[in-house]
Amino acid sequence: MYKIVKKRVLNEAICLMDVEAKRCAAHCKPGQFVIVRTDEGAERIPLTICDYDAEKGIVTIVFQVVGAGTLRMFRMEEGEYLHDFTGPLGKPSELTDESTESLKSKKILFVAGGLGTAPVYPQVKYLHELGVDADVIVGAKTKDILIMEDEMKAVAGNLYITTDDGSYGRSGMVTKVISDLYDEGKKYDLCVAIGPMIMMKFVCKLTKELGLPTIVSMNPIMVDGTGMCGACRLIVGDEVKFACVDGPEFDGFLVDFDQAMKRQNLYKTEEGRKYLLEQEKETHHGGCGQCD
Amino acid sequence: MTTDVNTRVPVREQDAEVRAHNFEEVCYGYNEEEAVCESTRCLTCKNAQCVKGCPVAIDIPAFIEQVKNENFEEAYQIISRSSSLPAVCGRVCPQETQCEGKCIRGIKGDPVSIGKLERFVADWAREHGIRPEGPSGKNGKKVAVIGSGPAGLTCAGDLARLGYDVTIFEALHEPGGVLVYGIPEFRLPKEDVVLKEIDNVKGLGVKIETNVVIGKTVSIDELIDDEGFDAVFIGSGAGLPKFMNIPGEQAGGVFSANEYLTRSNLMKAFKEESDTPIYRGRKVAVVGGGNVAMDAARTALRLGAEVHIVYRRSEEELPARVEEVHHAKEEGIIFDLLTNPVEILADESGWVSGMKCIRMELGEPDASGRRRPVEIPGSEFTMEVDAVIMSLGTSPNPLISSTTEGLEVNKWKCIVADEENGATSKEGVYAGGDAVTGAATVILAMGAGKAAAKGIDEYLRAK
Repeated sequence: MYKIVKKRVLNEAICLMDVEAKRCAAHCKPGQFVIVRTDEGAERIPLTICDYDAEKGIVTIVFQVVGAGTLRMFRMEEGEYLHDFTGPLGKPSELTDESTESLKSKKILFVAGGLGTAPVYPQVKYLHELGVDADVIVGAKTKDILIMEDEMKAVAGNLYITTDDGSYGRSGMVTKVISDLYDEGKKYDLCVAIGPMIMMKFVCKLTKELGLPTIVSMNPIMVDGTGMCGACRLIVGDEVKFACVDGPEFDGFLVDFDQAMKRQNLYKTEEGRKYLLEQEKETHHGGCGQCD
Repeated sequence: MTTDVNTRVPVREQDAEVRAHNFEEVCYGYNEEEAVCESTRCLTCKNAQCVKGCPVAIDIPAFIEQVKNENFEEAYQIISRSSSLPAVCGRVCPQETQCEGKCIRGIKGDPVSIGKLERFVADWAREHGIRPEGPSGKNGKKVAVIGSGPAGLTCAGDLARLGYDVTIFEALHEPGGVLVYGIPEFRLPKEDVVLKEIDNVKGLGVKIETNVVIGKTVSIDELIDDEGFDAVFIGSGAGLPKFMNIPGEQAGGVFSANEYLTRSNLMKAFKEESDTPIYRGRKVAVVGGGNVAMDAARTALRLGAEVHIVYRRSEEELPARVEEVHHAKEEGIIFDLLTNPVEILADESGWVSGMKCIRMELGEPDASGRRRPVEIPGSEFTMEVDAVIMSLGTSPNPLISSTTEGLEVNKWKCIVADEENGATSKEGVYAGGDAVTGAATVILAMGAGKAAAKGIDEYLRAK
């Protein structure tokens, strides 16, 4: 059992938790993820690691309510225990293999969309601690769902915030900000984009035109997260890869996003139904069109 | 009750038409009267061949003698000295090629039902609260066991009985390995059989830490250098699924048997109240012919689908146990033999709509002695299916071998280990089961776990 030592509600659907997991905290590296199960009978949910403290044995996770499992987790309080917490899983970001010197010689741009801000944060923080200040673009639909602005500001070189509706920061999608930065004369050697698959797809389309190599972090459906089932398989450069062990980070120009998005939707309806049932109880049978 | 010594006492089973719609155990096993009656067929051979057929060398004539005398508790303790998982083995071992295959009664008639008797004794002990005898003392030495499947549980149980302080590290949230995620409820009940048997191993003093992925959460080198383990046993299995690499395999509705069975067995997706979803197809094709293929097919059937086994060789070559094939047929699984998929077809939304297959014929025997399947040109046809389960075998996960200094693997990524004592290329590190052999059987993994426990004991005594 893994104790929730701190809970911070970031907005109505996103929440941050510090979890006591000594073995995991001692081995975390930027780019990795964990699998969490709230209670007996619950689903295994993959979540990106947002921060970690090996000395205190704490791993910080951020999650958004998207189904029954994450809703139950959202309702858990400080002092309660998560039933299972496995990790760190996946390969660390390739940046962690590079020498400080090599990293310092590069101009790196991070592009975070929505909840993708959480996994971008430990990478930017890691670089900052080595004395490398990377630029960061954070995009959100509206101001209300923007997360971790202050934390990111503390570790980023330049931080550019944009909202789709222009309610805060710049206005428009993250791709517009990338184009604008290039128009303003900026140039980068590497881009790391993490967010919804559709965002990563369009970032890659643009960065390919700009000749800017781009790493993406994939978030397919997972079950075990240790390479034993292949639920998370993707096509990367004509090869089949398991995101949980070969990734989650891949060369964005090689990922077949259309295929990945189709697989992502497989359980949507069934999960959506369970979510509605749990949230609205019996009252959701008001002709949603999805239920019998 | 039967009196013909050449015929085994039949075992009661759930009716095929009923069981095709539930996940309850197919085989009911013997009751006391049936077990005693069957036990009298044993000739109590002095030089018992059956014992030689058992990979963990249970003293079979001795325990059957106790069943004859209706002394079931003593029968259980005799088995427990050799096996930590008798209720499991009595159910899932391929006895026909092991103990029962060597039974002298088998020459003229049916061999003694050793597996069913073992199962009866283990079930009786559980129902009467009898536990295996524990160690007489502790020797103060620590051993880490990686993986809580049949190999790890056996190795851990044997070492605990010898007085070692044993900790098992398991990557998933529940111990048991293939016993909990792979073999379905209707063959091996989880709550009543597997969990109780694991409790017995814990009762010997073995600690189990779940949610620890060796190579990620902690490495083997750290266990030895920082945590003071004197030896390590790797029983991490062969859990990496194979796919066919044919067009369309990424379509929605194509699953590895590991994914399908993990969802159903470990995550309990077959129960309505489970959070984890599983696809209940209308018409499902299971590609492959091994025991795992039978398990996946019979699971899909119970979830309401019409199920086809698609296998490229003929019935004679099916690698699954005869009993499993028989059960599958009784339940209404359709066998499409000498058939091989060449492409998976999907509809507009990306979901499986069909599978293009080609007919096969058997050619000349290959190096392994099996007749090689050859495609019949122009025989392609389309099967209409809405889900495909790939059951083509598994290989070891390279996670442990790639993160442990000096651990030798072969070209199939299997860990190289001595067959006699499980020793690997790294001092103090032993291995056994599917991690060494590639996908095999529960009882072979147990045999390897047992051999390694002996090897580790000899190594640590000499140290």
